[in-house]
Amino acid sequence: MTAARREVLLLDLGLGNLRSVARALERAGAVVDVSGRVEALRRAPRLVVPGQGAFRDCASALEGELGEALLARLRSGVPYLGICLGMQVLFETSAEAPAARGLGLFPGQVVRLNPQGVDALSGAPLKVPHMGWNEVVGSHPLLPAREHFYFVHSYQVAPTEPGLTIATAEHGERICAAVARDNVFACQFHPEKSADAGARLLERFLESGWS
Amino acid sequence: MLARRVIPCLDVKEGRVVKGVRFVGLRDVGSPVEAAARYGEGGADEVTFLDITASHEARRILLDIVERTAAVLRVPLTVGGGVREARDVSDLLMAGADKVCVNTAAVGDPDFVAEISARWGAQALVVAIDARRVAPGRYHVFTHGGRRDTGLDATLWARKVAQLGAGEILLTSMDRDGTREGYDLELTRAVVDAVPIPVIASGGVGELAHLAAGLREGGADAALAASIFHDGQHSLAEAKRYLAEQGVPVRPWRSQAETQAGEAL
Repeated sequence: MTAARREVLLLDLGLGNLRSVARALERAGAVVDVSGRVEALRRAPRLVVPGQGAFRDCASALEGELGEALLARLRSGVPYLGICLGMQVLFETSAEAPAARGLGLFPGQVVRLNPQGVDALSGAPLKVPHMGWNEVVGSHPLLPAREHFYFVHSYQVAPTEPGLTIATAEHGERICAAVARDNVFACQFHPEKSADAGARLLERFLESGWS
Repeated sequence: MLARRVIPCLDVKEGRVVKGVRFVGLRDVGSPVEAAARYGEGGADEVTFLDITASHEARRILLDIVERTAAVLRVPLTVGGGVREARDVSDLLMAGADKVCVNTAAVGDPDFVAEISARWGAQALVVAIDARRVAPGRYHVFTHGGRRDTGLDATLWARKVAQLGAGEILLTSMDRDGTREGYDLELTRAVVDAVPIPVIASGGVGELAHLAAGLREGGADAALAASIFHDGQHSLAEAKRYLAEQGVPVRPWRSQAETQAGEAL
């Protein structure tokens, strides 16, 4: 288990503080490089793209060469972990910013959450943002079958290709909690804020051969 | 199903926890960093710091505390108190806070709420509302530690900040704060039913049953409490177990040993 095997590029798109993701990766055993440069992206053995905030900002940070280089790496099979916007930007467009273009690696849109019904405990309306710990149910080598992870979002991806969604959560509707294909794994929740459950996911991501 | 959150709140003044935290085995009982980490590893779903330092110089001490806390905490951290301008928000987020809590500045300048939300996203913005009952069924927003009546109706103000882009509301009953008589459930429910965003109930928790009432009758998304955790009356694990027994969906909390035993199976 050499250090080289666990090198990770945390792609800096200028969307806020990356330190919590960096620290969580380091705790999981990664050697983390933080950069937004194309050269770093081209040679990284593993990629992590986190992101909070606006889809528009994320999409515009990936316009041009950086986005093309990222798409090329994704298609060539680099192990990729996308978190929140790092998941959403893999799709085509978002209702949050209709003019912005995602990478389009996966077919589908990002849509506004639309929880139906009322809360079973209190009868109160279900809230957006979907904020807090929700049980993620699914099947993937990086995920336990059932575990609570921390979410904070108002939009979710709606993949149009069957089989892409590998985990879901419930919040007045079925929420796509994670998508995966080959070496790409992307989740709507935040492993870096999800205590032990998140730590285990990151550790597994750093191990090779999970896909 | 989304779990209800239990959030311990630490009052911090000049870098120290104000009310004593009585953890067994804590090296420094006054350290917010150690207390937050302990809560985080003990089952807290989030941790909140409220800075009650008045002086501007002490902001640097707070930022250092936030930075050191964020380095060890593995659940979200909210920081509030004294957030007056965009620079304060930026400083706290860069120090490692996940959410920033704004109170008086939002009342004085509602556009500040919209500005923060546009720049950093609704997920980073909690608007604190300190409310006091002024007549049966009527609540006003108070500022300056509950001393100044703004004349704003609490429910209408909550709706307004939600429209302006707040991601969440931290609702404190100034009538109940420190009384240990339980949350003001009427106030909590009125605000919960009025806004589309999550509401954190705060003020008055003296026993575990109060947490359950705030979440069930009050309808809050999260229950914030201070002294019942700080003075060792109850642990987070006890609170979680109690809520689960009461039928409240919570994130199950397992100790390290239990987790390892579970993985071995």
